[in-house]
This record gives sequence, structure tokens and C-alpha cells, in this order.
Amino acid sequence: MHEMGIVLHLAKTLDQTAEEHKLTAIGKVVLQVGEVSGIMTDLFTDAWDYFKVRHPVLKDSTLVLETIPAVTWCDHCKRTYETVKYGKTCPHCGSGETWLQQGNECVIKEIEAE
Amino acid sequence: MKLIKLNASVTASNEQDAEALRARMKEAGTLLVNVMSSPGSGKTTLLSRIIRDLSDLKIGVMEADIESDVDARRIEALGAKSIQVHTSGMCHMDAGMTAAAWEAMETKDLELIFLENVGNLICPAEYDTGAALNLMLLSVPEGDDKPLKYPLMFQKSDALVITKTDAMDFFNFNPEKCRQSVLKLNPDIKIFPVSAKTGAGMDALESYLRESLREFT
Repeated sequence: MHEMGIVLHLAKTLDQTAEEHKLTAIGKVVLQVGEVSGIMTDLFTDAWDYFKVRHPVLKDSTLVLETIPAVTWCDHCKRTYETVKYGKTCPHCGSGETWLQQGNECVIKEIEAE
Repeated sequence: MKLIKLNASVTASNEQDAEALRARMKEAGTLLVNVMSSPGSGKTTLLSRIIRDLSDLKIGVMEADIESDVDARRIEALGAKSIQVHTSGMCHMDAGMTAAAWEAMETKDLELIFLENVGNLICPAEYDTGAALNLMLLSVPEGDDKPLKYPLMFQKSDALVITKTDAMDFFNFNPEKCRQSVLKLNPDIKIFPVSAKTGAGMDALESYLRESLREFT
């Protein structure tokens, strides 16, 4: 359900990009997806294949997903750590004063088009 | 084939739609309040109370649900303008759907519109609906640990309403612990503990809504 919403927005954003750059066909679409963005990559690619045929510019496109690792910053000891492994609590000092630095993104990095 | 570097957010089109809707609603003098929470937290009951208490304001409600119109009928019975939006399986409302619902209400005279988003603590937080105010509900029976489990919604909300405080004695809900973990996620959030049943705490919340309406329009 969640992936479907994102795919709809991705298609809309790419349609607009195609119009702005006067593109006739989009080939590769490189998407950067954060490790803790909650996006299931398999489901996402399936949803993309289902929707792309409805957009003439996108019908032959392929989606390439790059994962952005999740990193958390600790305000207490000023160090970073792997979010997925340790969660909200800093493994260096045990503090809970921690913030996600990266890993929640869903960004269109680049596209190949003509 | 040429390579085009975009570095654009996937939801860029939604963010544009949201900004446009916010500007149009400001012009119309309407404050849109996006109400988010899990199912059963008391959204419709809280809104019913607010509609009765703020009877001097022209209030409308957009009810977003995957199915049925039970909530819209409850609101309509109170005499407020209401519209039922079916999200056809989608787990959230986006700015395009919200703009369409506003058009479908066929009036630009309302002062306050509540968008009762789909009951879900995850997806609605990720989409800007075009609302000027984001309100989140957390009911006492859900527990004080929700900020730890669903941080994003607490981060995105302007205000948190803790509902069903009349049931506090029956549940293991620690208001201070909840307040601390919410403020850690979002130091600017306003917190309103209320009971729509007894009316406790409603004055503060309703003053906040009036003040937000004055500031926005």
C-alpha cells in the first residue's frame, strides 16, 4: 500500500521532468533509498513495473535502487554508529540523545533519457 | 541516451501541490488541520466535541477512510459540513487528494476544516497534505511508548492531543514519561491532555485552534 503511493508520486515527478527537459523516453532511473525509509525494495520494483506501462515516457524504463546506509549521530559523545544494529541507544556511551543522520531518504539521483 | 542528474525528492510533485493548496486556503481564509492517529484513538469523538464547543465558527470535516461513511454521517448529524473521501486502498492522504476533497465540498466559506486522515501512525506522516496545522492524537489506552515506536509522526506534528484521559486510572500510562519522550523527538510540539467525554482540557486545545486560525488568516 505504502509503496504504491510512492510509485505514483515517482511517476508524476518523472512525467514533469520529461516535459521540462523535452524527453521522449526514460531508460534507467536511479533511486537512492535509505535503509530505514521503510520501503520494501522488491515490492517497490513490482509496483513500478505495474505502473510504468501507463506512462508512455516511462514504459521501457528500469528502476535501479541504491541503498543509503542508516547512520545515527549521538549528541552526548559526538560520535556516529550504525542505526540498524543499535537502534536509538548509542553503543559508545549508552545515551538516548541520538538523531538519525541519514537513512530515511527516497531520492531520484539521476535518469538516463533521450 | 543522456544522463540527467536530478537529486530530487520522489514526492517533489506532492510537495509542490501542498504548497499551492496552502496558499489557496490562506487566501480563502480557511485553516486546514490535518488530524492523524491510529484507528480508535477518538478522532471523530474529539472532532464532534470541538464542533459543538466552537459553534460560532464555520467548520467542515473531510473524512478519509479506506471504506464506509460512518464517520462522515456522525459529523453531518452535528450540522457541520462533511465529505467522505475514499482513498481506494491507499494508506494516507496526499495534497492532490486533499485539494480534490476541498473542491468537492463546494464552499470556500468555511473557517476551519479538519482533515481526518486514515487511521495509521506511519504513512500519513510522510505526506504533506497542504494543511497549515498538523495535529496528532494519542489515546491513553495505546500506551506511553508510542513515541519510541513511531517517531516520525511525533516529529512532524505541531501539536499532540492525548485523548481519553478519563481512562487514565485503568491503564498504565505515565503522562510525564510520554511528555519527556515526545519533547526529545520534537522540542517545539504543544501537548494537550484532554477528555472529549468529560470536557477536561478542551478549553486549552480550543483556544490553541482559535489562535492558530487567527495567525494563519
